[in-house]
This record gives sequence, structure tokens and C-alpha cells, in this order.
Amino acid sequence: MSKGIRIEGLKKRYGTGDTAVDALKGVDMQVEPGEVVGLIGPSGSGKSTLLKCLGAVIDPTAGRMVLGNEVIYDNGWKVRDLRALRRDKIGFVFQAPYLIPFLDVTDNVALIPMLAHASNKEARSKALELLAALDVQHRAKAMPSQLSGGEQQRVAIARGLVNRPPVILADEPTAPLDSERAMGVIRILNEMARKFETAIIVVTHDEKIIPTFKRIYHIRDGVTHEEAGEGKGIE
Amino acid sequence: MISLAGRDIHHAWGKFVLTGFGLGLLIGVTLIMAGVYRGLVEDGRALLDNSGADLWVVQKDTLGPYAEPSSLNDDIYRTVLAMPGVDRAANVTYLTMQVRKGEEDVRAMVVGIAPGLPGSAPGWPPYLIAGRQITRGHYEAVADIASGLKLGDRLTIRRNHYAVVGMTRRMVSSGGDPMVFIPLKDAQDAQFLKDNDAIWQSRRRTEANPAFNRPGVPGLLEAVIASQSTNSSVNAILVALKPEQAPDEVAESIRRWKRLTVYTRAQMEDIVVTKLIATSAKQIGMFLVILAIVCAAIVAFIIYTLTMDKIREIAVLKLIGTRNRTIAWMIMQQALALGTIGFVVGKIAATFSAPIFPKYVFLMPQDSIAGFLAMMAICMLASLVAIRMALKVDPAEAIGG
Ligand SMILES: Nc1ncnc2c1ncn2[C@@H]1O[C@H](COP(=O)(O)OP(=O)(O)OP(=O)(O)O)[C@@H](O)[C@H]1O
Ligand SMILES: [Mg+2]
Repeated sequence: MSKGIRIEGLKKRYGTGDTAVDALKGVDMQVEPGEVVGLIGPSGSGKSTLLKCLGAVIDPTAGRMVLGNEVIYDNGWKVRDLRALRRDKIGFVFQAPYLIPFLDVTDNVALIPMLAHASNKEARSKALELLAALDVQHRAKAMPSQLSGGEQQRVAIARGLVNRPPVILADEPTAPLDSERAMGVIRILNEMARKFETAIIVVTHDEKIIPTFKRIYHIRDGVTHEEAGEGKGIE
Repeated sequence: MISLAGRDIHHAWGKFVLTGFGLGLLIGVTLIMAGVYRGLVEDGRALLDNSGADLWVVQKDTLGPYAEPSSLNDDIYRTVLAMPGVDRAANVTYLTMQVRKGEEDVRAMVVGIAPGLPGSAPGWPPYLIAGRQITRGHYEAVADIASGLKLGDRLTIRRNHYAVVGMTRRMVSSGGDPMVFIPLKDAQDAQFLKDNDAIWQSRRRTEANPAFNRPGVPGLLEAVIASQSTNSSVNAILVALKPEQAPDEVAESIRRWKRLTVYTRAQMEDIVVTKLIATSAKQIGMFLVILAIVCAAIVAFIIYTLTMDKIREIAVLKLIGTRNRTIAWMIMQQALALGTIGFVVGKIAATFSAPIFPKYVFLMPQDSIAGFLAMMAICMLASLVAIRMALKVDPAEAIGG
């Protein structure tokens, strides 16, 4: 039985009748644990729509999605508690870090296990472990506004990883960063994927990082095409 | 779990404290308004307590002597005194007027008290904070400290001068005016005294009336004029009962036998506290309603703005799996915190400013408790607008387009 995430024939239609838009027209995709794949495509091709379906914040109109061994969507059927699913099974990393400004770095990360009813102590020790893995533990007591852009992004990645979700969805994670920092983030994502056996999907426009993927899904007009990437620039 | 609301407040405490401070001043005004109302009630009660009366005998079919004019002949008290159950009865006059002190004048309620042993007759000030009671039948006064008069001051009521020989505290009319006690005879004169021209004109009219001016009846004209120029009216008779007497029964027998209107303490309280200040109470009630609405609007607006500023964070919180109720509780807690800061500031402001007000402001602890609970309810309601908005935030917004 395969882990990671798998979607088959995923469709999404916005609206109804004359104004209906078919944003996804049957997407197939499979990402294994430990793998980092790129998702690229022109504007309006359906990248964000796909990410939202994968992130369980909008429901696909048709198709199947399996996360680990759990069926999430199956042609109109869906699991009951999508909120808990997002909390426990999916990590998010955004273009902007979107840290909670009134929590310090540790609690920004620890909040996720806390929401899943871990004790404060346990949650913070998990958070510190991740912060150490991402090399920002020295900023653990700082507020998000006191961090550099790169540090913020690493904290955001730590937050995405702290519950050890089987899947991480990253939406343009390198857009605000210069190429050196962008490569740094990609290196970290690859390391984390290997270390925590996580399937990572990176939506990007960023020409600098596209050559780093071993596998790329190209999306055009709501349909995906798989391509082999160059897979270079990361050891 | 950490307190999201607490962390947010801690992070933006400046904004919270400033808003709480502004809200606090408004709450302070609200508490003072309630205190003004309680002060009115308390002034009314003090007036009744200090009179030392169990029953008030007044002109038939009037709500006298405090709420309506009332006039009785000053010899009726003797017959009241003879009624069973009556221990002491004394005439009294009340007249609210300007009392001159040197160049200034103060508004005061001039109380005419019947001669007798000090303290034994109802109507006398029950205790003094300085000086002594009135001992002479004329031209001595006992004044309340709130009048600004001091022991030894001389004051002028109508044409007569009085020396202040004693001071009282919290002896006020139901309108909050300080009392000045003077001997009954002087007070009757002050109330009914005519000026010289008026006396002369009245004399002329009587002389011109053939019914009074009869050459065949010597002495008639003089007798009529004498009866016209003395005045023998008082406003009420204050009655103290013998111990263990039921006020209602004694009141009923005076009503039946003397054909007068009699009020017991409970009835008088209803007149003074309920009827006399009813309009003021409604006025204050209106203010309280308006202030409550303004408080609600401020809290709603501030919490709404604070939540608006956090839309992104709320979308992220929802995306990473925060329950709706956790988010709603966070917002409501902030509203409650704002209300609490405001209440503390308001309570302190009210407590320190109450004594500065010219009339009695009585801050009752139960009003504060009720005010606090009302504030919490207002904050909860006011936060609903922001909560509604926060619950509508789509977690997909965190992912963006
Ligand atoms: N909520 C919506 N309602 C209706 N149509 C929508 C909605 N969201 C997206 N669409 C449409 O679906 C299509 C795919 O949109 P999507 O946002 O997924 O594109 P994208 O690949 O993320 O583009 P970009 O690179 O510009 O962000 C577009 O034609 C868009 O207009
Ligand atoms: Mg997009």
C-alpha cells in the first residue's frame, strides 16, 4: 500500500450554469513520502485551485484523493472532519510566512500540536526540536516581526512540519526571497522530506528553483502533465 | 493551550489600554449617573429620617408638605397630640428660598421648628456636628454644612437677621438643598410676612369695607385687622408615636376624627422617593440607556477593527485547524478584557470624582456589580459582530489566488 498522497481524476467546477468555470478537468498526481515535486503552470491554469483541494479547504466536484491510507474524497463523498485532517495530516507553507504576530517564534510553531491537544510543554519541546532542525532555535523567544524574511520562512516551515504531517503543501515558498535564500529553502524542504518521510508539493513560478525538482507536474487548462525535472542544485 | 486572546492583548496592549481608558471614562459617567439617582433617593430618605416623624399630618387632600404646598392652622397640633398613641407632635414649616449671607446667597430649605425641649420635638435636627441647638425663640439658626455657612455667621432671611449657632451634616431637602433651621415663629413670618405697603393697603381695604368698619361696633375693625396680619399657618404636623404603636392605625384614627390627610413613613417615602423624583429618575434612566448604547457601539467598533486587522491570521488559524469556537472565544475574551479595563478605570474615576459633585452622588456597591455585569453583557453582544465576520473568513483565503 502506497503512502504519500494520490489523486485521480480530480475535477473542480466553480459556479453553475453559464458562468461555470472548470478550473480542474481531471488531474492525476502521485507524490511519494520523502519526495519534493514541483507544480508549475501559467496564470489561471488551476494551481491554486489544486492546492486548495489538496489542502482540504475546498471540495473537488469529482475525483478521488487518498492521503496515506485514508480516502479523503471519493466522487462527492468526503471525510467528516476536514478541520482535524488539516491540523493533523497536512502542513502548509505560504508565499508570505503568515506567522501569528502576537505569538513568539516557539509558540507559533507549538500552536499546531497545542490545537491537537498536546500539553504546552510537550508542544513547545516539539517546536524547539523543529526550530533546531531548521537552524532558527536561537530566535525561539523572538517575535515574528523581529525576524528576517528568511528566518520567518524557516519558522513557517517548522510550523508546517511540527505535527509530522504526511503531506506539505508549499505555495510559492520562495517568491519573496533572493536566489541564495530561495535555494536555502529548497534545500531545507528536501532535507525535511527525507528526514520526516514527508511528501512535499511546491507550487512555484520561480525559474531559479524549477531545475531543482526531480519530478514536475505541469498544469495547463486544468489538466496535469508529468515531466522529469533536472533534479540539480541539491546534493 | 495558550490564551490567544491574552497574547494578542499583550502584544497590542497600548491600543487596548488607551481604548479601555476612553471606555472607562464613559463608564465612569454612567456610574456617576446611577450615583446621582441613588443620591436623590438617599436625600429623600435622609429628609424623612431626619424629621424624626412617624406620621405626617397635612392639609386635607394634598401630597404635602414636600411634594405639594400644604397649609394647616397651627393650633391643630394640640388636638393631634391628644390622640391615643401619639407621643409627640410638633408644627413645622418648610420653605425653599434664597438665604443671604453677606453679599452672596445660597439656596436652602428653611425649616421652622417648634419651640420645646431640643431634640424632644420632631423636626429638630437629630444631631449637630458643631455648636448647639436653637435655645432662643427668635433670630437663631442651625445650618447644614453644605450651605457653606459657618458657626457664628450671620444670615438674612427676608428682612430678619439670624446668627448661626449650630451646624448639621446631610440635612438636605429632597432636592438636595441644605437645610437652615430657624424658630417656628420666625419661619411663619418669613413665609407669610407681607411688606409694609401690602400691610397698609390691606388695612385700607378693610377700613373701606362697611361690614368691618361699623361706627356702632367699636373695636371690630381693630380685631379684624389684627386677625389679618398675624399668621397662624404651618405646613405640616410631625407626629412621633409611642413605642409599639401601629402607624397605620393611629393614622387612620387621625384621618377619621380630625378630617386631615395623614401619611405614614412608608406612604411618605412613596411620595418623596417615587413621585417627587420620578421625572428625574426617567431622565437619568434615558441617559443610562444612551450611555449603554454608546459603550456597546465603541466596544463593537474597536473589536471589529481589531478583528479586521487579523483577518489573515484568522484565515491561517482556520487553515491549520483551529476550531471556530476557539476563534470566537478569542474575540469575545478580548471584548470582555476591554470591558474589564474600562470598568476598572470607570470605577476609579467615579469614586474619585463623586465627592466633587455639588449634589450627593451615592455609589452603591450593588450598582457597580450590576454595572459590571451589564458591561460584560454589552461586550459579549458587541463582539458578536466581529465574531460573525471572523467565522465567515474562508480558510482558503490563507492560500490565496
Ligand atoms: N472562487 C472562484 N470562483 C470562480 N472561478 C474561480 C475561482 N477561483 C479561481 N477561479 C478560476 O479558476 C481558474 C483557475 O484559477 P487558479 O486560481 O487556480 O489559477 P492559478 O493557476 O493559481 O493562477 P495564478 O498563477 O494566477 O495564481 C481561473 O480561470 C480562475 O478564474
Ligand atoms: Mg494562484
